[in-house]
Amino acid sequence: MNVVVCVKQIPDPADPGALDPETRTLKRDVKLILDESDSYGVEMGLQLVDAAGEGEVRLVSMAPNNEVSGLRTALAMGAESAVLVSDEALAGSDALSTAKVLAAAIARCEPDLVLAATESSDGYTGTVPVQVAELMDLPSVTFGKEITVEGGTATVKRQTEAGYDEVECPLPCVVSVTAGVVEPRYPSFKGIMAAKNKPVEELDLAGLGIDPTTVGWAGARQEITEIAEAPAREAGEVIVDEGDAHERILAFLDDLKVL
Amino acid sequence: MATDRALADEIVGTIRAWVDRDVIPNVAEFEHADEFPQAMFDQMCEFGLFGSTIAPEYGGLGLDVTTYARIIEELSRGFMSLAGILNTHKIGATMIGRFGTDEQKKRFLPRMVDGSFRAAFSLSEPDAGSDTGALRCKAERDGDEWVLNGTKMWVTNGVRASLVMLMARTPDGRITCFLVEKEPGEAFEGISVSKKIEKLGYKGLETVEMAYVDHKVPHANVLGGDEGIGHGQQYALSALELGRINIASRAVGVAQAAFEAAMRYAQQRETFGRPIYDHQAIQFKLAEMATKLQAARLMTYDAAERADAGERVDMEAGMAKLFASEAAFEIATEALRIHGGNGYTTEFPVERYFRDTPLMIIGEGTSEIQKLVIARKLRDRYPVD
Repeated sequence: MNVVVCVKQIPDPADPGALDPETRTLKRDVKLILDESDSYGVEMGLQLVDAAGEGEVRLVSMAPNNEVSGLRTALAMGAESAVLVSDEALAGSDALSTAKVLAAAIARCEPDLVLAATESSDGYTGTVPVQVAELMDLPSVTFGKEITVEGGTATVKRQTEAGYDEVECPLPCVVSVTAGVVEPRYPSFKGIMAAKNKPVEELDLAGLGIDPTTVGWAGARQEITEIAEAPAREAGEVIVDEGDAHERILAFLDDLKVL
Repeated sequence: MATDRALADEIVGTIRAWVDRDVIPNVAEFEHADEFPQAMFDQMCEFGLFGSTIAPEYGGLGLDVTTYARIIEELSRGFMSLAGILNTHKIGATMIGRFGTDEQKKRFLPRMVDGSFRAAFSLSEPDAGSDTGALRCKAERDGDEWVLNGTKMWVTNGVRASLVMLMARTPDGRITCFLVEKEPGEAFEGISVSKKIEKLGYKGLETVEMAYVDHKVPHANVLGGDEGIGHGQQYALSALELGRINIASRAVGVAQAAFEAAMRYAQQRETFGRPIYDHQAIQFKLAEMATKLQAARLMTYDAAERADAGERVDMEAGMAKLFASEAAFEIATEALRIHGGNGYTTEFPVERYFRDTPLMIIGEGTSEIQKLVIARKLRDRYPVD
């Protein structure tokens, strides 16, 4: 079974850099790493290929400056190869443009299954996986927490507020995976060494047959009108137990609607 | 061959991430219970740590001394005992790789890469440590076999090991290294674990006393073959040279953890209406701790880099071990003082650093032995005509 996992390479959240006040987007001229939320899709893909006993995991990514360091991390985990789309004309791409590019790159891989994170850790639009599916005319399932594949059908446990729904879906399809549902493996030292030599196919827009005026700033249909500093975190409330602490904590949790 | 720096950074970064995510949050549980950290050990096998310095032709990764030192530092930052689980194995693999016959390399090294067949190192006895002249464990030839008799002390990983690098006195009066194969466990043929040693720190892995009674090993298991007879001490000292870099790296790792704990606490804990970090008495402590830590780390890396360049580093390794281990103990003690009463409780990790650091002062040659080694080398390097 051939699984394509969409992975995003993002500025390290531990050292996130800054927003560009002119473009109102995140500066991406720093070293990029694998978005942690994508590591769950990579792990799930590897497990599915293991369970199938054949096939491989292929990565598809779009990043500036032919950045591969995040891809190397996923390759070290066990993915076999990657397709990287990088083109200056892609700067300023909105979610739909990104989905167009990814869909074109994924189509070349002819996968049985496409996995993606529910949302990236830097953009959080959460729309790309379904846009990819729509553009490729594939069925899609969102919020997957467990996937099994048998006889051309994927059975997905789809996380809901109340628990999960079990959804069956014919292959090929696109499934977005919820963070935290599997334990991403650490790359072994051998995996890290091997990743250096795994193939990364680098493509630009011409290579994918995409008109540059339909993507990037030129083709963006989404506009960021304003950016603002996140409000500083407010001090929490200290509850001193005067015999009623449990009741006050319960009331607090009740207000948050977590009970 | 030197390990590519970017590759080394990635490997060390992977270990660092694992230590932060899976080791540090769980270490207290295993340490306080003195329980073998099985899940951590399994992940160390998955990483390929046990074969990390074994040559690629035998299935290992052939990482250089500097990269290995950095890995040990990271492991020790989380749980010093993890470095102990690894280190006797590394000493054994290094001895076989350097001094074993081709047949011995082919027979042992490929089995040593995945962690399922691990080595222990056994030189010390109840009455002999660095004083190898007092070694009593005996080996006598009986046809194609050697018969071993004696008692060994401070055998780290002695129970779980499948291979013991055993130093014994041969009839020529000299010391020979035997590759003693055994089933993991407390007894195997003529070998038995006569005592489990309870320790101040260094918990979670076993340190034992082992008795050999008429235990037979084939002649093919004399390290280095016929030429190895009588050369065990030389082989052991050569491996211990690298072992001292390892101990220095452990000291740097634990010292880093103690220093970070102290920095965190000093900025959070308030007395007289302000964080204790604002008190000059605490600032001076932390400034000294940071300086010692930096010096210890640089000395350790310097010794490791020289070893990678092919230099003999007995003096530099001795200096690094001497300085780093003493610095780590001082840093851990100061960290405990900065924590005040909390430092004396088992709720905070500094009490563990305080208990673990003395091992580095004593193990693989005490500070006093290091000074002797350094002084001996000094006279070689500064002769008077």
